[in-house]
Amino acid sequence: MTTMQQFITIGICVFGTVLTRCLPFFIFSSKKPTPVYVQYLGKALPSAIFAMLVVYCLKNVSIFSGSHGISEAVSIIAVVALHIWKRQMLFSIAGGTICYMLLVQFIFTQ
Amino acid sequence: MGKSGVVAKALKTAFPYTIPIFAGFWFLGLTYGIYMNVSGFSFWYPAIMSLIIYAGSLEFVAVSFLLSPFQPLQVLIMVLMIQARHLFYGISMLDKYKNMGWKKWYLMFGMCDESFSINYSTNIPEDVDEGWFMFWVTFLNHFYWFSGATLGGLLGSFMTFNTNGLDFAMTAMFVVIFLEQFLKEKKHWTALIGFGSAFVCRILFGADSFMIPTMTAILLFLTIFRKPIEKEGGFS
Repeated sequence: MTTMQQFITIGICVFGTVLTRCLPFFIFSSKKPTPVYVQYLGKALPSAIFAMLVVYCLKNVSIFSGSHGISEAVSIIAVVALHIWKRQMLFSIAGGTICYMLLVQFIFTQ
Repeated sequence: MGKSGVVAKALKTAFPYTIPIFAGFWFLGLTYGIYMNVSGFSFWYPAIMSLIIYAGSLEFVAVSFLLSPFQPLQVLIMVLMIQARHLFYGISMLDKYKNMGWKKWYLMFGMCDESFSINYSTNIPEDVDEGWFMFWVTFLNHFYWFSGATLGGLLGSFMTFNTNGLDFAMTAMFVVIFLEQFLKEKKHWTALIGFGSAFVCRILFGADSFMIPTMTAILLFLTIFRKPIEKEGGFS
């Protein structure tokens, strides 16, 4: 690949990313009222998206190899328990992350 | 309070929310920079790419684009498929980003998974400027990613990790944001649709190609069950 072709490839990555991030704002401009269906999606989607993102983060976890997803499962339970207990975002995240790091570094070392 | 006071206060409020992302982005950014370095690219590549593409998962895939023969159309299709989830973020952010003036352009450009999640879910205190808060969240995340990637590109394979597992901070953050959203709602229809669709599609389609089927399934279910979801107030 020539340097020019590299620049074009990087440019396409920028273009595609910006397009997906901006398209809804261009289609549904603030001048016209947003269609009711899209307004509904705007409210109904976030919960579904956050659930999807959790699965997305865990997409490479395999229950058939490595630690069989035990480190992830235990740490997520820790995050949820800490969060229900204190409702302090950083505390729950730090606790869960430390738990995960201890598990993968000392117990499920591969 | 003067203008600079408003800006500074928003920065002070925004920073704590971005700490988990600092951990996650530095870990992933360093990894990405090192990966570019050992693939034979100068540190300018991860530096510029992290600045102008600013999308984690895509930039890892972009390394393989750059190492393959030149195929612009295939690259475009891949980019759109990897990034399609941002369409959902835009739809959810139509109202919040509407009256942000010049900041709107940067907020749209920088709307990665993490910036979207924080900007959507945070209850910003009354006395903090919403626009500047969201600007700083986006800017700080952008900066973490850029600095991590550049440093990784510079240090390359000289780095040794004893930080194994640190990137779990980001998974933990999404779990907390999901949980907050879940606790806020009376009914959990949409959370269930999102989780069920993603889980089933991950098993059916595999780790590398389950996002498009997942998003299609989510749209389908939200459309089919629109009446009961709206009636029951399954969302806040």
